[in-house]
Amino acid sequence: MSDPPTTSAASAPALLCIAGLRLAFQGHAVLDGLDLQLARGEIHALLGANGSGKSSLAFAVMGCEGYRCSAGEIWFDGQRIDTLPLHERARLGITLAWQEPARFEGLRIADYLRVGHARADIDDCLRRVGLDPRDYATRPVDRALSGGERKRVELAAVLAMQPRLALLDEPTAGIDMLSLETLIGVIEALRDAGSTVLLITHQSEVAAHADRASQLCGGRIVFQGDIAAVLDHYRRRTCTRCDGVTCHG
Amino acid sequence: MADLQPIIRLFGEAGWTTPAIPEAAHLVAYGQTLASVQSLPGVRVQAGASDGGIGAQIVVGAGIIVAQPIHLCLGLFEAFGVQDVQLTLTLEPGAQATVWAHGLFATAQTARHSMRAEIRLMDGAVLRHQEAHYHGASGNIVVSPHATVHLGQGARYLADFSLLHGRVGRLDIDYAVTVGEGALAELTSRVYGFADDAIRLRERLDLDGAGARGLVKSRVAVRDDARADVIGIIEGNAAGARGHVDCMEVVRDRAVVSAAPEVRVRHPQAKVTHEAAIGSVDSRQLETLMARGLAPDDAVDLIVRGMLT
Repeated sequence: MSDPPTTSAASAPALLCIAGLRLAFQGHAVLDGLDLQLARGEIHALLGANGSGKSSLAFAVMGCEGYRCSAGEIWFDGQRIDTLPLHERARLGITLAWQEPARFEGLRIADYLRVGHARADIDDCLRRVGLDPRDYATRPVDRALSGGERKRVELAAVLAMQPRLALLDEPTAGIDMLSLETLIGVIEALRDAGSTVLLITHQSEVAAHADRASQLCGGRIVFQGDIAAVLDHYRRRTCTRCDGVTCHG
Repeated sequence: MADLQPIIRLFGEAGWTTPAIPEAAHLVAYGQTLASVQSLPGVRVQAGASDGGIGAQIVVGAGIIVAQPIHLCLGLFEAFGVQDVQLTLTLEPGAQATVWAHGLFATAQTARHSMRAEIRLMDGAVLRHQEAHYHGASGNIVVSPHATVHLGQGARYLADFSLLHGRVGRLDIDYAVTVGEGALAELTSRVYGFADDAIRLRERLDLDGAGARGLVKSRVAVRDDARADVIGIIEGNAAGARGHVDCMEVVRDRAVVSAAPEVRVRHPQAKVTHEAAIGSVDSRQLETLMARGLAPDDAVDLIVRGMLT
């Protein structure tokens, strides 16, 4: 087995190293030789237009069905993981919060949160996402929850798991304005507790809380830096790959 | 009153709350033998045993609201046996009651349990009918609860059948409910079959009265070589009738399920809808639980158990 891709000499070894990742659906390149490294304990925002490959990258890192890459490597904390099944990646400390989280008939929220960590403080996790445990702990994770409530439950489940790497796909989409700060606080709390966060978002006010960011276009990272620089680059519709045509339509 | 301890002990083994049978109106029968019958003011329970089985009549008086559930504890403690029950259950106008029916066949090796019930809810009556079965490891148990149910004006019938403990064996449920004006019927069935279990659910609602409402809901999971046929039928026959058939079945291994929601409307102002989903567990659900560290089999089990809860 080869060694993980090297990081810059100045930084600590990256928690996640992705090199040359390729994924195609019916001949269409979704990830096109993508390289990315995430430092330990950072919030790394992933920006890009619809279809640029953001969610596909998260699914590939998590190991979801249908997202096995044809080329490239994924390393997590010095271990190559791209051949591991999904649940074994989770047991290393990686988790994913889907943009449209699944619903479970008959599974109580408290039990759902305990799946990731049997001794998790359920009440605390629910309070931190703005849900009163007295109202929610015994409710099922089913269709009776609104979209916003379900997203909060998903974030609470990520909190409960205390992952080393949280892949958050649009965690604040559909959340009311007044609650946005609460959920941003949760994402920051994950980082402060030692988790690394890959944050996929279209909301600049959410992305602004990231430490670093990458801009995706056509399945490749086309710009990377601190969040202010990447947001500026993205807003200026500059893209070395497509001249802004794909990135901004 | 006969010794009820053997049957009460089984409740504990099934993980159920031990019921307060001695204090409640009840009928307890082991095989073709009556063990205990008790009436309470407003609740008349009469029963007799013969070679043909148990014959029982339960009547809840008009306007009586029964605080404690009425218990129907039926089962076998021998390895081999038969139980045939003919039951008529009547709730007079405005009566309200809960019936907890338990089929306890945990120790039986080869057994047949047959229930033929006629349930009549008169105007404004409300019945919550919960039936749970506890079977053992033997697949040679044949259970066939059949019932005809008549709901008067404004009556409500909420029935919930579950067979989640042990082998199903052969299960043949056949319920037919006629729903009168402004009345409501909800039938829910939850069954988990495995090995070579065979399950047949046939539940039919005739929404005959104006404004009658009904729901037929099935949740069935099968694995190994089990088979299930699920038939939910609703006919909307009057103005304002509303019905819905909701089938969700999970299939694993070599098991096979057929689900046939039948909806029929005979009045232009009636509306009946259906949804049916059969297949393996939803991949998003599965991956979500696996992304929290559960192995695939454990994730499937959690999803199925939740669905059957």
